[in-house]
Amino acid sequence: MSVTADPATRPVLRDNPFAPHMARIVRVFKMVPDNHLFTVRFVDDQLAGQFDHRPGQFIMLSVPGTGEAPISISSSPTRPGVLELCIRRVGRLTNALYRLPPSGLVGIRGPYGNGFPVEQMEGSDLLLAAGGLGMAPLRSLLWYAIDNRDRFNNITLMYGARTPADMLFRDELVSLADRADVNCLLTVDSDPTRAWTKHIGFLPALFDQATIDPATTYAAVCGPPAVYRFILERLLRLGFTKDRVLMSLERRMKCGVGKCGHCSVGYKYTCIHGPIFTYWDAINLPEMV
Amino acid sequence: MKTVRLPKTRLEAFGAVLQGFGEVHAPVEDGSVHVFQRLEDWSAVCLDYMRTVLPPKKYFLPPRETMFRYSPESGYVACTDDLDRKLVLFGLHPCDISALNILDLVFGGKYPDPYFQARRKNIAIVGIDCIPDEHCFCRSMRSDIIDHGFDLFLYDIGDHYLTFVGTARGDDMVLAAPTLFEEISRVDIDEYKRRSSIKRAAFQIDLEIRDLPEIFDMEYESTIWQTLGARCLACGSCSMVCPTCYCYDVVDQVELGTDTSTRERTWDSCLFSSHARVAGGENFRDCQADRIKFRFYHKQRGFVAEYGRPSCVGCGRCATSCPIGIDIVEVLRGLRGVDHVRDS
Repeated sequence: MSVTADPATRPVLRDNPFAPHMARIVRVFKMVPDNHLFTVRFVDDQLAGQFDHRPGQFIMLSVPGTGEAPISISSSPTRPGVLELCIRRVGRLTNALYRLPPSGLVGIRGPYGNGFPVEQMEGSDLLLAAGGLGMAPLRSLLWYAIDNRDRFNNITLMYGARTPADMLFRDELVSLADRADVNCLLTVDSDPTRAWTKHIGFLPALFDQATIDPATTYAAVCGPPAVYRFILERLLRLGFTKDRVLMSLERRMKCGVGKCGHCSVGYKYTCIHGPIFTYWDAINLPEMV
Repeated sequence: MKTVRLPKTRLEAFGAVLQGFGEVHAPVEDGSVHVFQRLEDWSAVCLDYMRTVLPPKKYFLPPRETMFRYSPESGYVACTDDLDRKLVLFGLHPCDISALNILDLVFGGKYPDPYFQARRKNIAIVGIDCIPDEHCFCRSMRSDIIDHGFDLFLYDIGDHYLTFVGTARGDDMVLAAPTLFEEISRVDIDEYKRRSSIKRAAFQIDLEIRDLPEIFDMEYESTIWQTLGARCLACGSCSMVCPTCYCYDVVDQVELGTDTSTRERTWDSCLFSSHARVAGGENFRDCQADRIKFRFYHKQRGFVAEYGRPSCVGCGRCATSCPIGIDIVEVLRGLRGVDHVRDS
């Protein structure tokens, strides 16, 4: 009996790392104007069930006919079945995404990147510090830690937004602030609504409301450059060792798998060596922040 | 390594044998320059060329290629056009073969690039040795002598080509031409050694590269980058002609009036202002000085950290193609601050 090789078993068709899998937008939550939370589910049920990621990893999101961009995963792997993607409308691709009809199709491949070293962080205190859009990648870690509450000691979240209307995941985080097992500290720079009941002031002021032991804590920081500047300085002053401070970086990416060259910082690629880097990496890599 | 010899008078006959292994492409003269292209007639081959305009990377990572076709019904379907085309690249210099070995590091690894891999499998390589000119510094970059990455490699030893057989496919090429190849003799070995010394002595550039990464780190703020940034035209020529520059861009093209599209990748350059720009306008390398520094830094520093060697093979193409004469050798010497011209 002769056997003919099935052309579909060729690597380019079988194991193509660039091939997006189709996924359906199953929910769009208009969290903040021009910053919606898209819930997507792989069309292939088996893939939807099998997809696993680490907090801090990202996917490459394709909008058919428009292109592809890296998007961090905002949902926790402890809540599988769907992926939540917090996406700001900021360019050509995201504009096209916002124009897709309900239950529209997108392409997804991944997960990529190193993610947070959660095994290494287990048994420690966690400090998550985010400003503005920096909450998007940290939310995955937040819920991972809460869903595995017995693996971590104190969990502290410090999150600052410009106004309550700009706060990502606001309702969810406000109700989290009522829980005793998480120290959820929220602040806004200003409150035009006068309805905000939490702290008003800049993010670093929240340090006054928390007791952080640098020897037993891993800090995860994400936000705009000003957040890095003030929070990192504060953490060092508290006595943090530089490899216990973790940061999530954003870069232009075209492949996600260490080929296309766009996401390099100094001599590392954000896509495969990152996007999570320690502060030690950051000060040793040029062009980091 | 199996080594045989091919009388020069039989080269054309061997060329005909190679046709059985794929479409033969080789360096040919095109006006005042040389290019790799399909050989219609053996008489067009030019084996005493210095460097082709584009390196052989164009066969493995084409300047533009379609990766996927998208339709709502089928999703993203990988494009396999041309991937099975069998080619024989004839007449590659050691630096260009070394460059392909470097690209193997990038396009292999944890996420092998199936397009590159398929072409690598289907394209045979017959290399040939060369004598350096005033721009060649492959010896400094440890790419003047190669021990893998070719099916056959020819050394000119006078009336014969000493032929190293690097792969089983190369062996098949020799076996397919049983009347053309001969056993080598003691005289051939001695002649190879004599010519090897002549080649070594012909290098006009000798760069110390072992502590370049450290020097790059310490000279990160050097004014040399500002000076270069002010001169660089951001044309990207150096990246296009570089045998190891692999950065690419990916764009979707909609087929007008339909909901189908293609996803293409095209060569890109870190010297273009768009290279590190993200949506929203933030650019992580905002000025030309940062961009040209990055290009050198990545080749001589970043690549070493990742893969253990620089991603420069010393072919001299960037220096000879730069419209305003930025010469990598001068840059590296300038960074070190010592003139490393070999005194002979």
